Amino acid sequence: MKLIFEKGNVNRGLDLLPECDVPLFSVDEKFQRKSELNLPQVSETEISRHYTELAGRTYGVNNGFYPLGSCTMKYNPKINDEMAKLPEFTDIHPLQPLDTVQGCLEVYRLAEKYLCEITGMDHIDFQPAAGAHGEFTGLKLIWAYHKDRNDTKRNKIIVPDSAHGTNPASAAMAGFTVINVPSTPDGMVDIEVLKTVVGEDTAGFMLTNPNTVGIFEQHIREITNIIHEAGGLCYYDGANLNAIMGITRPGDMGFDVVHLNLHKTFSAPHGGGGPGSGPVGCKDFLAKYMPSPKITEKDGMLTFEDKNEKSIGRVKNFYGNFLVVVKALTYMMTLGGEGLKDASMNAVLNANYLLHHLKDIFDIPFGNDRCMHEFVMSLENLKKETSVSALDFAKTLLDYGMHPPTMYFPLIVHEALMVEPTETESRETLDEVIRIFREIYDRAHKNPDELHNSPVNTPIGRPDEVTAARNPVLRYTFHNKYNS
Amino acid sequence: MGTYVPNTKDEQSQMLHSIGLNSMGELYDTVPEEVRLKTPLNIPAGMSEMEVSRKMRSMAAKNKVFPTIFRGCGAYRHYIPAIVKQVTSKEEFITAYTPYQAEISQGILQSIFEYQTMICELTGMDVSNASVYDGATAAAEAVIMSKERNRKKALVSETVNPMVIETISTYLDGTDMELEIVPARDGLTDLEKLKEKLNDNTACVLIQQPNFYGLLEDGDEIGKLLSGTDVKYIMSCNPISLGILKTPAEYGADIAVGEGQPLGISLSFGGPYLGFMATTHKLMRRLPGRIVGETKDDQGRRAFVLTLQAREQHIRREKASSNICSNQALCAMTAAVYLAAMGKEGLKRAAVLSMSKAHYLAQRLCEINGYELVYKGEFFNEFVTTVNTDTDKILKVLEEHGILGGYPLSKNQILWCATEVNTKEEIDTLVSILKEVA
Repeated sequence: MKLIFEKGNVNRGLDLLPECDVPLFSVDEKFQRKSELNLPQVSETEISRHYTELAGRTYGVNNGFYPLGSCTMKYNPKINDEMAKLPEFTDIHPLQPLDTVQGCLEVYRLAEKYLCEITGMDHIDFQPAAGAHGEFTGLKLIWAYHKDRNDTKRNKIIVPDSAHGTNPASAAMAGFTVINVPSTPDGMVDIEVLKTVVGEDTAGFMLTNPNTVGIFEQHIREITNIIHEAGGLCYYDGANLNAIMGITRPGDMGFDVVHLNLHKTFSAPHGGGGPGSGPVGCKDFLAKYMPSPKITEKDGMLTFEDKNEKSIGRVKNFYGNFLVVVKALTYMMTLGGEGLKDASMNAVLNANYLLHHLKDIFDIPFGNDRCMHEFVMSLENLKKETSVSALDFAKTLLDYGMHPPTMYFPLIVHEALMVEPTETESRETLDEVIRIFREIYDRAHKNPDELHNSPVNTPIGRPDEVTAARNPVLRYTFHNKYNS
Repeated sequence: MGTYVPNTKDEQSQMLHSIGLNSMGELYDTVPEEVRLKTPLNIPAGMSEMEVSRKMRSMAAKNKVFPTIFRGCGAYRHYIPAIVKQVTSKEEFITAYTPYQAEISQGILQSIFEYQTMICELTGMDVSNASVYDGATAAAEAVIMSKERNRKKALVSETVNPMVIETISTYLDGTDMELEIVPARDGLTDLEKLKEKLNDNTACVLIQQPNFYGLLEDGDEIGKLLSGTDVKYIMSCNPISLGILKTPAEYGADIAVGEGQPLGISLSFGGPYLGFMATTHKLMRRLPGRIVGETKDDQGRRAFVLTLQAREQHIRREKASSNICSNQALCAMTAAVYLAAMGKEGLKRAAVLSMSKAHYLAQRLCEINGYELVYKGEFFNEFVTTVNTDTDKILKVLEEHGILGGYPLSKNQILWCATEVNTKEEIDTLVSILKEVA
């Protein structure tokens, strides 16, 4: 389809702003823009239709099943969005006097209280804008803790080989060296290896639990003990929290720092890639290192406390992705304590239901009998038998009007498809998914070429990614009517 | 209790039975007893949608929306065209994931490609990424981009927004990069001091244009100073101002960053906002975050994909150029719709109106006894004045009149801001109120 720059015509546009009611000012020549500015010259009709067409070429949770493992693509309740559009939230300047923003601060305060309860942490800070930003912030807490104790040789962060890519990337960004530890054949952290890599240089250890193959780390207390005995701290990546709300808590497993993804577990939408919100939680002994400013209560009024000597400092211009937190709080208030637990249990039920009805034909390398909120299939054998890869399988799913599972992750599983149905899918949807997965499995054996050539019912076929990376075209070049 | 679980209790037990289980509890057999939560979550019982709505509204009501705002300082109230909010409320855009599956994500991908094009046009740079969290993190990421094996010091002007400097400082703390502040003189970057500080270890120079005090820096002089060296020139800019002001590219910048909030994004108590980043072809592969590229599909049709992914965390892990994963895609789309609606002339008008109103405001304020411009340099839509009594007292009086006054820099200086939404009448009213205070 056409780009917005290829629509409209010279001098076409909207009438949005009034004439100037004060004397016009113009700046000294040397500060003036000389170069041409090419922006669309379109009518409002054209904008409206352009984006309606783009929306038609976009697949959201409202369109259908979205089993992206590790991403928790649950339904995004509309009341959340409606609350985040209240003018008393959207029209608040971040630097207003504190007595005029007590409602915003109360949102943060209440969300902190609930998330502390869910995670078993003592404090939650909402400054980070996304999960990876939360990881970075949490790792800085670990860094500040060791530094404060003059334990400066602790510069290594241990990460399982099945971890999300953001874990090692965040550790490196915070100035640490990354040590990878392997998983055992049953998909859990190899404790014997872990014991050999911890030492005087261990700053911390990062883990998701349930882990990225969708199973619960059985020896979690032993793992966190090993790290603590070596003098390190334990970091919980909250990506998979949707499995365990009200069942078990990172704080009770021995974790000292957590980050959460409000755009996963707490139903805030993903927005085509963002914005998210990645609050960081910690135990009391780390509170003094939390980012600055922090929200505190003083004489019955909520306030931003800026003078925190040991704080790691500011990680973002203004405090938090506020409107995303509004959505998450709306969600928590709607479900309540029991409802959150019920959501987790149903997420696990739905995943196990799928697993159970697929495992007779698909290989499930880990947790074949019981998974948490997601499971990982390996199509390695299917590929050997039929030449149909995980990619082919995923692309074929597109033709059935379904978003594929996460592909080729975690890295320790070959030809991986990671399936996370979430609790907001009905039994009928899951039954249909099972039927489709089995049908594609049959088609892979009968007519693999058909699958190699899929998808065929989507707005475009498979794109040429190699050329895209080799000869990058990253913007539209104007050589048209706008320049004339 | 509200719920979004579609399956009824009956259906849940049927599903449990079909997989050989009798209760929900059995699903968690693999969770060791020692870490199990023994009590229910201490969170109030769930509520109906109507009750939640009422509760949230009662919290919102504790905030005060100011009908008139003369405060900027990094967050600006501009006019947001109606089409912007409508378009970005479409469910498909809101509820989609990062566009990994290009075949069903052309809408998001194309919108980002169009956004990247507009950011390149605004800044004059060659390449833009798909957004980062906000202006401060964009500046920090740009500083990290500038690092070379033998160049590890970032020179950041004192006239950059202090919150941005604090963010950069947090990002560099504990790494092998170092932050050094270039002092200000008369509200502008002290070029003599900058020259003294430049050396073989300098990775970058970061300035803000217009700077924290609203003043226009001598970007050309800094451009000349850095041209031909290996020092990266980073400019943080106000995107609305680029409708009329010289672009980072025209100043010779290597990396342009900034806070995209003025482009159609509401104030929202500080977030979500939009960090934009653009650079030269030469530095393209150092950009953090998502980048969308144009290519063709298997039938030769135009197609868009996430590209240059070898920079990113899911491929490179600890060797990635940044850890960023989720970004601010919907805010980037918001900015793109805003720029499409405004067009070249509209953006220019927003910039001219903002600048003209600010100058009228400055002129009127200076009629008041004790109010004077603190700095003499040229400014865009923000400026600093002295005041004739305690700033707290002044701002309190304005608050009672529904006016959010400028940002108090101290007990006797205020950083004022005007945009196209401030009318002459508002400005005159402000001045007449201020004349009564003292």
